[in-house]
This record gives sequence, C-alpha cells and structure tokens, in this order.
Amino acid sequence: MATAAAAPVMESKGLARFGLGPFALLAAPLAWISVFYLVPLGLLLLHAFWSVDYLTINRTLTLDNLRTVSGNPLYPTVLLRTFLIAGAVTLTDVVLAFPIAFYVAKRATKHRELLLILVVFPLWSSYLVRAFAWKTILGTNGILNSFLLTTGIVSEPVSAFLYSKTGMYITFCQVWLPFMILPLYTILDRMPSSLLEAASDLGANWWQTFRRVILPLSLPGLLAGSLSVFSLTMGDYITPSLIGGSAGTELIGGIIADQFGMANNWPLGAALILPVLGIISAFLLLANKAGALGRGEAG
Amino acid sequence: MSARSETTLASETVAPAALSASARPRRKRGGPWLGIASAMVYLFLYLPLFVVVLYSFSATKVNAWPIKGYTLDWYRELLVDRDILESIRLSVVIGLIAASIAVILGTLTAFALDRFNFPGKPAIRFFVVMPIVLPGIVTGVALLSFFSMLGWPLSKWTIIVAHGTFCITLILNNVVARLGQLPRRLDEASADLGAPPGRTFWRVTFPLIRPAILAGAVLAFTLSFDEVVVTFFLTGREKTLPLLIWGRLRQGISPEINAAATVIIAVSLAGVLLSNRLSKQAALGG
Repeated sequence: MATAAAAPVMESKGLARFGLGPFALLAAPLAWISVFYLVPLGLLLLHAFWSVDYLTINRTLTLDNLRTVSGNPLYPTVLLRTFLIAGAVTLTDVVLAFPIAFYVAKRATKHRELLLILVVFPLWSSYLVRAFAWKTILGTNGILNSFLLTTGIVSEPVSAFLYSKTGMYITFCQVWLPFMILPLYTILDRMPSSLLEAASDLGANWWQTFRRVILPLSLPGLLAGSLSVFSLTMGDYITPSLIGGSAGTELIGGIIADQFGMANNWPLGAALILPVLGIISAFLLLANKAGALGRGEAG
Repeated sequence: MSARSETTLASETVAPAALSASARPRRKRGGPWLGIASAMVYLFLYLPLFVVVLYSFSATKVNAWPIKGYTLDWYRELLVDRDILESIRLSVVIGLIAASIAVILGTLTAFALDRFNFPGKPAIRFFVVMPIVLPGIVTGVALLSFFSMLGWPLSKWTIIVAHGTFCITLILNNVVARLGQLPRRLDEASADLGAPPGRTFWRVTFPLIRPAILAGAVLAFTLSFDEVVVTFFLTGREKTLPLLIWGRLRQGISPEINAAATVIIAVSLAGVLLSNRLSKQAALGG
C-alpha cells in the first residue's frame, strides 16, 4: 500500500486535509466487496474441485467433476443448446432494439422523455412478473389460445406455445430487450445528426447510411447490450422453469440451479458454472477490446 | 437481476439521469415505417405487464380472453392474506437496509474515484460492477456456499448482504456522474472563505450530490424489491414478495397472484418516476 501517499490530482485538497486519501475512502467498500463477493466467488470455483460424500462436502481436491462435465455427453449438448438460444435471443433483440432506439434518439421530438421512460421502466419492473405474464399468455388455456379460438384462427388450442423452446425464446427476447435498447439509445443519442445528414447529402440511401455510418458507429453500444442479453440468458433458470417446463431442464441455468437445490451436488454445480463463466468472460474481453466498456464517467 | 450489467453497460445508461437529454431540433425524414416498427416493439415490451394488470381485475378464476367481468376481490384477498402482507413488509425492510448499505459504500467509492488518481482504478470499478455483470445465479450460489461454510443460517440478513452488494454500482454510477458535473471551484471558494473541510462537505458538496444519491437509492430499493434470481438461493424461512409469488406459481396461476404482481409493478413504477424526478432535480441544481 505504498500508494496511500499517491499525489491527489487536481483540487482534492479538501478531502486530503480531512486525512482521507483514496484508500481511506475505499477501505470499507473494498473490504465489503472482497468479503462478500470475491471470496465467495473464489470459494465457489474451489467447489468445482471438491466432491460430495452423501450430504457433506469432501474437500480433497479432485478433477472428477470436470471429467463428468466434459465426459457425459449430456452437459456439452446442454451447453451448446443454451449457447445457441442465448445467441438467437441476442440477435433478435439487436433487430428489435434498433428501430426503437433510433426513433427515440433521433426522431422523437415532443414525447421524447416519456418514450425513454417507457423503455427504462420494464427494465426495473420485476423480471419474475414479466416471465410469469408470458405463462398466462402462452398457456394451453391461456390468453393467446383463447383469443385464437374465439376469433376462429385456430379450431383447437395450440399447446406448442408454453413448455417449449419457442415459449422460452419469446420470453427471453421480451424480458431482456430493454438491456439492449438502452446502451444502443445512449450511443445513438451521442451520434451527431450531421453525420446522417452528410450521408444523405452525399446520396446514400437509408440502407447505405445504416450499413456504412450508423451500424459501425453504434458497435460499442451493440456489444454492451449483447453482453448483457447473452449473459442474462446463459445464467437464467427462472424462465426455463416457468415457461420451459421439461424443455427448461434442457438449459444449463436450470441444471445448475438444480445442483444447488434438489440434486444437492454443489461441486458438480460449480463445475458446470465454469464453462458458463468462461464463455461470458471471453465475450467480456471481446467487448472490452471493442471499447464497449467505456469509462462512462462523462455521464 | 433484475437489472444488471455495466461500466457503460446497461445499468449505467439505465440511470434515469440519462433521461434529461435536451430536445434538439431534429430533421424529419423518411416514411412512417420507423415509427410503426417502434410502436410494435413498445407493444411487445408492454403486452405482458398490461396482461398482468388487466387480469388482476378479472372476475373469473381462469385467465381467458375475452374478460367476462371485473372485480376488486383479488385485492381484497391480498389485504387479508397474512403471508402476503408479511412478505411485503420483509421486502420493504430488506430494500431499505440494502439501499442504505449501498448508499454508504457507493458514495465512498464515488468520492475516491472522482477526487483521486491512483493505480488500480479500473480494477476497482470492475470489482464493484462484477456482481451485476455476471449472471445472478453465480452471485447467488457463491454467497450460498460462503454462508454455508461460515455456518451462517440463511435469513433476511443473508439476502440483505447480497442485495447491498449488487446495488453499490447503482449509487456509484449516479454519484460519479454528478461529481463529474460539479465545478471544483465551489469547494475551493468554501475553503478560501475559511470553512473547514468537514463543513465544506456538509454545507456545499453534500447538498449538491444529495439528489443523485437519493435517485440511486430509489433505484437500489426498486431492484432489491423485485429481485428473485439471487434471493432464491439465500432465503431462509421468511419469504420476500417475489419469492412468495414464485412459490405460489408452482401451484398454478391464480388472479390473486396477478394482484400481488400488480403491486410489484406499481412499486417499480413509483420508483422509476421518483428516481427520474430526483435526477432531473440534480441536473437543475448545479
């Protein structure tokens, strides 16, 4: 901690005279984060190398869990399936987020603030509530089916909506969509409108403007949003359980949650988290390289 | 988690501080298609929430279309349901304590990051943000294994620790943004006029960042009140409102759950509007 005496930059005299260097200020937050986050995370990773003896955990280091995870064909298949669904959800949300983010950032005039609050609100409204709403909509006796029956579009209730991958896909797309819209909106809002005007003055049509100007410039926002949507889908077990039914146990989040619940095999659960963390970390590094994780201090 | 993900990932941009962007004159171009597409996406975003609220007033037990009649019975049932009332009380207590912890730790971190340059700054930001970037299930099971090793029984305190941890970043983002906007000469003027640092802080700096802290605290409370992914692993015998709903969902959907869910939606809406208002106040105050 030789840095405790690090020269305070600029006008931090006030705090410095208080005797408060950065590390005095950071002591409590760092202690909290270390004890209640970093240590537990380390402990969790350690669990992957332990094993279970009936109801107790055997702390002899072993690679058995990792062998199980890579050896049993079930797990790589589940991981791949989850990866593909997360990828599909991410791509869909990119497509859905673009028009709305662009509209609010560049076109909306009168009701701009209201439109933005309308995007922010679902993000803070309970994720559980939104997921279970889809259950009432998609069920065999649900609202969508009774609507289709009443209007005569179908003659028998469609059972494929709920307890299926389709149902999970629709739900994931909706519940995580605001996480894509917001970073995209932020970056489009900062993009000077003169660039778009210049493109159109130079004769570009809307597709050329989109592909050559808007898309490249919004890449950091797209990556930040994609990282959120992808990572949230990879780790979720609520939607698989509510909407997926038996299809839900085919996603990695559901299997992991089960290891820490009913199945009560924490070491195996921890070992299953490793590839998930690996994939997300790779995505994180990629996004960081592309500048998606900007400091953002400018607020 | 409900909400998660940052440095400039979602949560930061989520802070309604971003809402106060000025309305610049915009050139209208293009056809109506962009507007129509946006309206469809809004519809997709709001359909589930709309359904929950609407069916909480439905007179029949089955959620079917069209609605046969309207009633307030389900809300009456909520008011006499001891479990629900108890869970709401617990969720409020947890939200308040977790938000307070996050306010203290987040504000301290914000001052350190804004006022000083020191090695390891990006690492500290990263650590604070991690609990919200990584999937909630990771935070949940990591803390579960930690508490179990320490022999701490699961209770509202284990939930508070988890919520306090992932809410720090919400306060941090809001306060750092606000501190960045404050002219430093205010502090200097106060010091030049002979105010000791303590008085400068309480009389000058703190009143100026108070709305930003409050806006962050409201969001932290909202996030805590809704949270289920992390809470699920850390809950003892007492259930928070979302967890109680989660438990009852397993027995099938009843209109009473729709009513309870509508209460959750109303709390979130109040939180978002309040936080937005406070952020605007912060922007005007400087």
